[in-house]
Amino acid sequence: MQKSPGTPSLEAADLRCVRGERTLFAGLSFALKGGELLRIGGPNGSGKTSLLRIACGLLEPDRGEVRWGGENVRRLKEEFWVRLLYIGHANALKDDLTAAENLGVACALAGIVADDRQIGEALRMLGLAGRENLPTRVLSQGQRRRVALARLALGADTPLWVLDEPFTALDAAAIDCVQSLIGGHVSRGGGVLYTTHYEASIGAAVSRRIDLAGS
Amino acid sequence: MIAALRCVILRDLRLAARRSSDVLTVVLFFVIVVSLFPLGIGPEPKLLRTVAPGVLWVAALLASMLALGRVFAADHADGTLEQMMLGATPLGLVVAAKVFAHWLISGLPLVLISPVLALQFDLSQEVLGVLALSLALGTPVLSLIGAIGAGLTLGLRGAGTLLSLLVLPLYVPVLIIGAGAADAAASGLGGNAQLLLLGAMLIFAGAFAPWAAAAALRISVE
Repeated sequence: MQKSPGTPSLEAADLRCVRGERTLFAGLSFALKGGELLRIGGPNGSGKTSLLRIACGLLEPDRGEVRWGGENVRRLKEEFWVRLLYIGHANALKDDLTAAENLGVACALAGIVADDRQIGEALRMLGLAGRENLPTRVLSQGQRRRVALARLALGADTPLWVLDEPFTALDAAAIDCVQSLIGGHVSRGGGVLYTTHYEASIGAAVSRRIDLAGS
Repeated sequence: MIAALRCVILRDLRLAARRSSDVLTVVLFFVIVVSLFPLGIGPEPKLLRTVAPGVLWVAALLASMLALGRVFAADHADGTLEQMMLGATPLGLVVAAKVFAHWLISGLPLVLISPVLALQFDLSQEVLGVLALSLALGTPVLSLIGAIGAGLTLGLRGAGTLLSLLVLPLYVPVLIIGAGAADAAASGLGGNAQLLLLGAMLIFAGAFAPWAAAAALRISVE
């Protein structure tokens, strides 16, 4: 499995998403190459999360397809997912496990090789020094979000990051840290697709924005 | 890939150890249901010997049913399931690892305690052995079949009842053959034929059920 950042290219062609009776978006196309930052904007309920889930291959679009290097992501499966780091609005943490254990499990699942030392470093980078071995049950909402986002510090070799509202519940210091992680990834040649309501200032050579209209 | 699977199994065992009440309820349920029968039927040794395999098997089946709802529910609620689906390891293998851990937590204790409970039914030593062996081969099949049902009913309202309706009919062959093994041993025929059939079922279910469950999960999460 080769995982060097390389030049990833994610293409979405003519996507349509219908949830229930409503068409969230239709005829949506975009491309995301390595070294690019793409922000999805729009009001609540406009389909941002659905779009990210479609981009990851979790959700099948009602029309169109998402391609990675020219191949449909739902056909590539693990071959695509090993190059993807997805952080959804749910933190994917177990209350009864410690922060370090949770991060270890998340890395193992994503195919990221990280030893205990690297995991400790990642947690400290996100400002969780001294809390590595506390059960996540006792952490605050913002600290739990930081544990989930600590994967970014270990996911430098994963070319595509898809982040759903990464800045929710974070304080200013943590936002700065996550912004610099995202900026660093883009400057290394990785692609980042994300949504946020926060006016982030991320230094990136190519930064674009797509706004979903909602209804 | 192996590291990821080992990690999933260890994680589930660790979670079970830190929340041991979940494991204990299943085992206690099994103990109590099995113990109710001698009390209800009365101390007639011949009758007890006849019903023992069926009673133990039905109780084990209901106990494993009780634990099934939890296989994927917590991972679904906190978003871990999505991470498993977008992981580097094929979802079918992750599901197999989860089912194995689930069996270690909720199936193996039943197998280990069954000979002790079977003493209440005045079974001979040989039959006890065959009964425990049939449970050892049969309960993983129950967990594997149950995982498909758990995947299909994930996130639905009233999932528990629906899960029983969906899965219990599929348990019937396992129940018949499993209880039949101890019956055959009791009547002097030896339970080998049934045990071999159970083994075949286990191999078949082990090879295909995780993939079916993985497909069911993908549908449920959409």
